[in-house]
Amino acid sequence: MRDVLRSGGTLGAHEGPYFGEFGGRFVPEALVAALDELDTEYHKALADPTFADELERLHRTYTGRPNPITEVPRFAAHVGDGVRVFLKREDLNHTGSHKINNVLGQALLVKRMGKKRVIAETGAGQHGVATATACALMDLDCTIYMGEEDTQRQALNVARMRLLGAEVVPVAIGSRTLKDAINEALRDWVANVDTTHYLLGTVTGPHPFPEMVRDFHKVIGDEARAQLLEETGHLPDAVVACVGGGSNAMGVFNAFLDDPDVRLFGFEAGGEGVESGRHSARFSGGVPGVLHGARSYLLQDEDGQTLPSHSVSAGLDYPSVGPEHAWLHDIGRATYRPVTDVEAMQAFELLCRTEGIIPAIESAHALAGAIQIGAEARTWAADGRDAVVLVNLSGRGDKDVATAAAWFGLIEDEPVLKADEGEQL
Amino acid sequence: MSTTQVRSASAERLDALAAGPDARAALIGYLPVGFPSVPGSVRAVRAMVEAGVDVVELGMPYTDPVMDGPLIQRAVDAALAGGTRVRDTLVAVEQVADAGAPVLVMTYWNLVLRYGVDAYARDLAAAGGAGLITPDLIPDEAADWMAAADAHGLDRVFLVAPSSRPERLASTAAASRGFVYAASTMGVTGERATVGERAQQLVADTRAAGASRVCVGLGVSRPEQAAQVASYADGVIVGSAFVRPLLDAPDETSGLDALQSVVAGLAAGVRSAARSPR
Repeated sequence: MRDVLRSGGTLGAHEGPYFGEFGGRFVPEALVAALDELDTEYHKALADPTFADELERLHRTYTGRPNPITEVPRFAAHVGDGVRVFLKREDLNHTGSHKINNVLGQALLVKRMGKKRVIAETGAGQHGVATATACALMDLDCTIYMGEEDTQRQALNVARMRLLGAEVVPVAIGSRTLKDAINEALRDWVANVDTTHYLLGTVTGPHPFPEMVRDFHKVIGDEARAQLLEETGHLPDAVVACVGGGSNAMGVFNAFLDDPDVRLFGFEAGGEGVESGRHSARFSGGVPGVLHGARSYLLQDEDGQTLPSHSVSAGLDYPSVGPEHAWLHDIGRATYRPVTDVEAMQAFELLCRTEGIIPAIESAHALAGAIQIGAEARTWAADGRDAVVLVNLSGRGDKDVATAAAWFGLIEDEPVLKADEGEQL
Repeated sequence: MSTTQVRSASAERLDALAAGPDARAALIGYLPVGFPSVPGSVRAVRAMVEAGVDVVELGMPYTDPVMDGPLIQRAVDAALAGGTRVRDTLVAVEQVADAGAPVLVMTYWNLVLRYGVDAYARDLAAAGGAGLITPDLIPDEAADWMAAADAHGLDRVFLVAPSSRPERLASTAAASRGFVYAASTMGVTGERATVGERAQQLVADTRAAGASRVCVGLGVSRPEQAAQVASYADGVIVGSAFVRPLLDAPDETSGLDALQSVVAGLAAGVRSAARSPR
């Protein structure tokens, strides 16, 4: 585990603030001192074996790591003949997704920095729930900013965060979604930076967040690499992940960046189709620009105003993407393609029916991506063996049951979410 | 530190006021382009200058203004909803450039990046603008802008904050031309009951770090606050207190009247200040 935070070859060990021409620190001067402090503390923690030991202990006894890889042959039959598919089971982590990896790492840093208060943004609520969880565990005050529209779409996660002792602040300005929640969290941070840590939930934002959050998620790829080698005797032919901000994808990609034979695929939310304009496909529909502290691919209009994003999956519904992904895209190391809402929901249903696993709709984009590359994947089989595709199943779908029920028309009326009527999500 | 000799319109104005008969600080007034409309914002800026503002800070509306509080964001959202474009800002600069006050544009960085840094600098200079105030661009990321500002003779106003360490005060002072914008408090724009007590120390520290001129903004909304800040700073920057009368007014005429009355009050505050020597 100690190696997990420091391992990697040329690409895998790349440090910020810049990833090629991407990344940086496009922030108010007021935040620079706090970012410097975080950067310093983080590198001190990396050099301190007790930090890695504590994180490893938490992951083993609290997160439930290592989580397994699961081969899914009945699902793989829909990907293509001669293709084996393995899922990395981040959905089995405590709180239901990969988000806990980063949250526990940053919360330990907060304790080291002696700060008492944590703020965070959340879209779907997964990062908010994970942050509220870590704050309960480590006795930190917790405030979560969430777009007002998202608090309505994800009412159960709001209740979860409040159960865990967090204050949830609905953000009612701008577009009332994730990007506005980040704006509000940044405003809070500027005003309270002496006492408060901004626990950013993905590999975006100003340096050192993209590098640090990636490092806390490296454990995904490192575990999966060892598990696949043991299971199959060789590296996978491709690694597939969904990409919103891009933290689960960076986490699983990192261990394979310096293995040129391993193809890396990131699938972003194509929404209603890139041509419809209602999507979150930054690589297909965006151009480089600055948002929330980093330069990366960005959905923006010809003036540079941020365009609203769209996806059936709240966790992928963000107009920018982590700067390291922008770099991997431009140097050709990873391939990014859109998956539409319809494709993602088909893959969602397919995994439920064929394997008895309900994925997060975010992760269903990665599953749909595996199906997209199925025809190509068949050609990768060699030396008398099948092609192997590793899909990062970043989260579980409990939170998405209401959305799926509405999508597939499984319930006559709107889902009932009142506790006294037996809602058990 | 720039080796190019570039005249600075805002520095010349600040120096003239300091050397003038009142030996006073400048009143710097912010308004966003496009609120209540593009022509309406031009009229408001001219009214603001007429009532006593010495330097104009013209805001480019942006979808994600992280350094602005709710009041300015409301006005800016309305400006964007009304279809205000980046190009309108250049038109507005041109239309207020002869009002009698240097015009600085306040902009979040992505708008300039998208336009093209050198192209924007060229067009701003051609429109008669004095330079840029850049709340989310630190000198570390500003190489292109520094070069463009030199090439086109523009001021570059960077910010310092109470959290800035001495080496950052020095690098920011060296990178700035015109003046350094000192954030009075850790926070975003908005009216506050008191101006941060760290502001006076920050001005002194920024001067000690090499800045010739330091102006203070964030939270200044009342004449007595303006007088207090004017006693130690080279300029007093007011935003939300000037936007509020336009937001609250039932119609444009009464909005302009209310704006002029607020400006006159703050201008009197600045003029009443007992100045400590620079």
